[in-house]
Amino acid sequence: MPAAAVHTEEPDPADSPPAAGTGPDLGGPPPGGEEDRSAVRSLLRLWPYVRPVRVRLFSAAGVAIVASCIGLVIPLVLKWLVDGPVADRDPAGVWLGGLLILALGVAEAALFGFRRWLVARPLAGVEAAMRSSLYRHLQRLPVSFHDRWASGQLLSRGTTDLQLIRMFLAFPLTFLVVNGTTIAVGCAVLLAQEWTLGLVLLAPVIPLVALCSAFERRFFGAARRAQDQVGDLTTVVEEAVLGIRIVKGFGRHRSQAQAFRRLTHELRGTELHKARLLAGIWALIMTLPELAIGAALVLGTVQVADGDLSAGTLVAFLSTAMALRWPVESIGFLLAMCNEAATAADRYFEVMDEPPADAADRRTAGAADTAGTADAAKAAKAAETPGTPRTAAPGPPAAVPAQRGGSAPGPDPSPPAADGIRFTGVVFRHPDTGPDAEPVLTGVDLHVRSGETLALVGATGSGKTTLTALVPRLYEPTAGRISLDGRDITDLPRDELRELVAVAFEEPTLFSATAGENVLMGSYEAEEHDLLRALDIAQADFVHQLPDGHRTEVGEQGLSLSGGQRQRLALARAIVGRPRFLVLDDPLSALDVHTEALVEAALRRVLATTTALVVAHRPSTVLLADRVALLSGGRVAAVGTHDELLHGSAEYRALMAGVTEERTQDAAGAAHGEEGEQR
Amino acid sequence: MTATVTERPGGEEPDDDRPRPRTDPFDQDLLPAPEGASRSLLGSLLRPHRRRVAAATALILLQQAAVQAGPLLVAYAIDHAVPALRRDDHGPLIAVGIAYAICALASGLLQYTFVRAAARINQDVLLDLRGRIFRHAQVLDVDFHDRYTSGRLISRSTSDVESLRELLSEGLQELIVVVLQVVYIAALLLWLDLGLGGAALLSFVPLYALIRNFQRRSIKIYTKRSTAIAQVIVKFVETMNGIRPVQAFRRERANDGDFDRLNGHHERVNGDSILEMARYVVCSRLTANFFVAAIVLWGAYRVAEDDLALGVLAAAVLYLRRLYDPIDRLGMFLNSYQSAAASLQKIAGLLAQRPGVAEPADPRPLPAPAQALPGREVRFEGVGFSYRTGGEVLPRFDLTVPAGQTVAVVGSTGAGKSTLAKLLARFYDPSAGRVLLDGVDLREIANAELRRAVVMVTQEAFLFSGTVAENIAIGRPDASREEIEAAAKALGAHAFITALPDGYDTDVRKRGGRISAGQRQLVAFARALLADPAVVILDEATSSLDIPGEQAVQEAMHTVLRGRTAVVIAHRLSTVEIADRVLVMSQGRVVEDGPPATLIADRGRFAALHQAWQDSTI
Repeated sequence: MPAAAVHTEEPDPADSPPAAGTGPDLGGPPPGGEEDRSAVRSLLRLWPYVRPVRVRLFSAAGVAIVASCIGLVIPLVLKWLVDGPVADRDPAGVWLGGLLILALGVAEAALFGFRRWLVARPLAGVEAAMRSSLYRHLQRLPVSFHDRWASGQLLSRGTTDLQLIRMFLAFPLTFLVVNGTTIAVGCAVLLAQEWTLGLVLLAPVIPLVALCSAFERRFFGAARRAQDQVGDLTTVVEEAVLGIRIVKGFGRHRSQAQAFRRLTHELRGTELHKARLLAGIWALIMTLPELAIGAALVLGTVQVADGDLSAGTLVAFLSTAMALRWPVESIGFLLAMCNEAATAADRYFEVMDEPPADAADRRTAGAADTAGTADAAKAAKAAETPGTPRTAAPGPPAAVPAQRGGSAPGPDPSPPAADGIRFTGVVFRHPDTGPDAEPVLTGVDLHVRSGETLALVGATGSGKTTLTALVPRLYEPTAGRISLDGRDITDLPRDELRELVAVAFEEPTLFSATAGENVLMGSYEAEEHDLLRALDIAQADFVHQLPDGHRTEVGEQGLSLSGGQRQRLALARAIVGRPRFLVLDDPLSALDVHTEALVEAALRRVLATTTALVVAHRPSTVLLADRVALLSGGRVAAVGTHDELLHGSAEYRALMAGVTEERTQDAAGAAHGEEGEQR
Repeated sequence: MTATVTERPGGEEPDDDRPRPRTDPFDQDLLPAPEGASRSLLGSLLRPHRRRVAAATALILLQQAAVQAGPLLVAYAIDHAVPALRRDDHGPLIAVGIAYAICALASGLLQYTFVRAAARINQDVLLDLRGRIFRHAQVLDVDFHDRYTSGRLISRSTSDVESLRELLSEGLQELIVVVLQVVYIAALLLWLDLGLGGAALLSFVPLYALIRNFQRRSIKIYTKRSTAIAQVIVKFVETMNGIRPVQAFRRERANDGDFDRLNGHHERVNGDSILEMARYVVCSRLTANFFVAAIVLWGAYRVAEDDLALGVLAAAVLYLRRLYDPIDRLGMFLNSYQSAAASLQKIAGLLAQRPGVAEPADPRPLPAPAQALPGREVRFEGVGFSYRTGGEVLPRFDLTVPAGQTVAVVGSTGAGKSTLAKLLARFYDPSAGRVLLDGVDLREIANAELRRAVVMVTQEAFLFSGTVAENIAIGRPDASREEIEAAAKALGAHAFITALPDGYDTDVRKRGGRISAGQRQLVAFARALLADPAVVILDEATSSLDIPGEQAVQEAMHTVLRGRTAVVIAHRLSTVEIADRVLVMSQGRVVEDGPPATLIADRGRFAALHQAWQDSTI
């Protein structure tokens, strides 16, 4: 800000480190311009967060107005000093004037300090509150939202954008009011002192406003572009860091670096464009008022020479004019900061406006009721025949051995309390694909009986993982319904549902916490002995060998564990709370044969009393299950015991044993062919 | 003035930070950096642009001269033009008018040129820094990445770079202006009147003390604040990346609590830093206003005594107000400097890390393949390994894998299989001994050549944003679409890829949310296939595949990668079927070594494993 700022408080953008493009960015919309209205609307949405601190914020603005006006009084005292005691050679008057100036100076400094003190804590609080509600909201958004949004973009909303908003509350919001008042008062003072000179000084105001408005429109777009480019850059950085092993393994530093370079150059281009716009408007804002002051100086000098004006008045006049320069110049960049804050608020609310998963439920549930009618009717009809419909699998369901839990195989008209997991006409299409896209699941009817363990088998990409993710409602089915013990999962509160159902994901994610805490996340009630039992079942005794046992920090900020170790902790997490329903997505894939056998033996004890759906790739995992369902072409193609399907389904045989001799180039294609022939 | 600014916070870092034996620097988020590293980093970033910096400084020098001429012209107008006008001499007034207009226009024009020039320098410096961090992070070894964690690296290259941006785009520019303004004004005041100028200079003694005090106090707060925001970022990123388990295990409320704690800590520290700034502004403003009052009083007294011209007093008063304005702004500069210094310190710490696996200064080329086979011989000579952080350890061992041989490595988790693979892929360097590829130490092979020759496929199949085709082409960026498709077909991945909405051009979006784990592994294999390496390492790379997928991979290795040297680490003994040789590892040692059939016949560990596996299949 090279322009000489005259004796008033300036914002210090530097007090927040990562704020994008504040400071000398200036220019702003004309009051009443179109963008301005929308910017105002964006900024008005901040009110709920600002409300709790409104008293302090408004008092601070009041204090700042008083302080600024004191700054304007000082030149008047100077005038009085020059024209009165100095001209009269009155030492006592000089002393009085000097003391008055001192008193005003002290008052001004104290008031500005008071203003800062008033808002410091509350504004840090607003920023924190907004960040906290963003975080809360994001945690409750459906997984499909997170699939669409890179976390870098979310992060930049939670950091940079919020800092911009805090800056806005700290400075532009207050100082637009303060400087506006200062300018109005200053103009009044100028015009009252000498209206001709005052008019000369005020002449550039109208062209300045017009120029600023033209500038603002172009700057707004550039600012938004720069913010988005920063988000993209963050995403690339994040990926490069997370995928470092692949980048290294293939020696692809260069192509990664190229993508990075391209983005950084784009960002640089946008920033330079912003700087060019800024430089132009800044130069104009500096030059025009300065020319007016020059003109006023010439006119004033003539008037002093003619004796129409006192020297003291001219000094005071110019002093006031210069004191007003900063408030006038600042309007531009204050408006630019408003604009950036408005963009930031837009970006923030863009995410906050996404309906949380709960809200989406109600809608989806409604949609499913109508859209899924046909499927539901079909399913209801199918349910009349005992066992599982739509399957050509040999062997009636009665042949299913090892019925544990003792539930009746056939469904009653009103399902009993222990009905297990029931999928009825479940259709799933990723929400962001078009309605004509091929759904992942085209109509799944499946019943996991109470106490039973059902293995889910299918070719890679057949939708097994998707199906399991539907049970704890990480995704919502496009149509159809899923019930647990006869209760539709959409009727269950989410918390209750997720307490009933525990999941072990194929990709085990550990959080930055101790190994024990990571396991205990699976349940609110579990205690130490539950932890030990779960670790024991999952064969995760390696935990006891860690430096601090199960109190060792793992995850992002702790010890890094191998894939197999993480998988076993994830499995322990799923079983620690002895859930009613267990959903395991290929839980043993990263284990060696020996460990796998041990886990399986222990897991059998858990599965004996649990209703479980287990995604399986291998015979060894399938053997944990009482029955097997084959998922193919988006629906359940066959259900039966392992042996039954092995003999009855070529596709199943191919998946379990491999069919090397019959293999075509295209395994999945072959699988589809067999599915047809099997029907 | 300048002295205060050249005092860098680096010098005030407590020295006891480094030798503390029991704290891991990684826990503190503070890597050791040599004394003054942040300063020299800033220097090295600016040095290439020193000409342009000089030019920009010259511009601002002229611009400030034009700006500061104003009050001088006012004094001239009052003291000379008014009497001249009364003598009917319009010359001085016209001169004042023209001079004022020229100054106004010049300052605007110079300002325009300066802002653009400065922006260019700033952006080039940031570009350089972003690139340096990025490239350095890519060069650092995997062990480092395991310990430093992605969240920290991300906050290094985002919020820490951002605070430097802040310093450059506002701070440095501000500093130059402030210093120039003070120097110009002080000089002008002295020239106008030695006494008044001297008094003004005197005021800088208490101001200097204030600034030093502020600087000392704020560096601590800034370091705290940047650590606090980094913790918030880590928690945020971790939650968003693990959203599935977060929701499935109802972690939302517990996370809310954790986040509120970190966020609240940041809020407190953030508030502290704003208050610190407020304290400084009030104190400096008070001091300045006191001196303004005192100097005006003295000046007015002297005018009354006819010791001073009225115009000189008027100019002095106008200048005085300008003289102290920069003091607030100096605080802002210090502010952004502190926060940038804290960030630079961390960045410098990161950049000071030497990769454990360094690119050779004088690489040796690999010999031309000895046989017709494309594979190469791998030899471990007296290789021993231990992690810097402890953990899995390999005692010294020797091992030779002839060119073209497929070796399966089996053993329980933690037996050292992955470490063996990582040594061969040169993710780590051995602590003792050497790993040779066709007789050449891996440490002597240029990175590009090594990565062409040795490719590792791991269990974690990370997909980058971009299309499926682009993800496969990571294996060989210059591959044609036909070659990419051929690789996918060989693995049986073609069918699922063409079934995606845009086939090979489908964007995998955020870390492959749409593509199943097994499919992702197939894509990872296609990469390796396309890369066509001499040595291929599969580290549990088939764990998510179903049996047909695994068979496709095996078949592809048989056909497409025929004759390559292969090291296969697998839990599934099915892979062993294609192996020429099996190594059984236990606690870091190779306990059995031989063709699968022999080992089965020997009834050792492998035979037992094999039996278990046989039982589990159908």
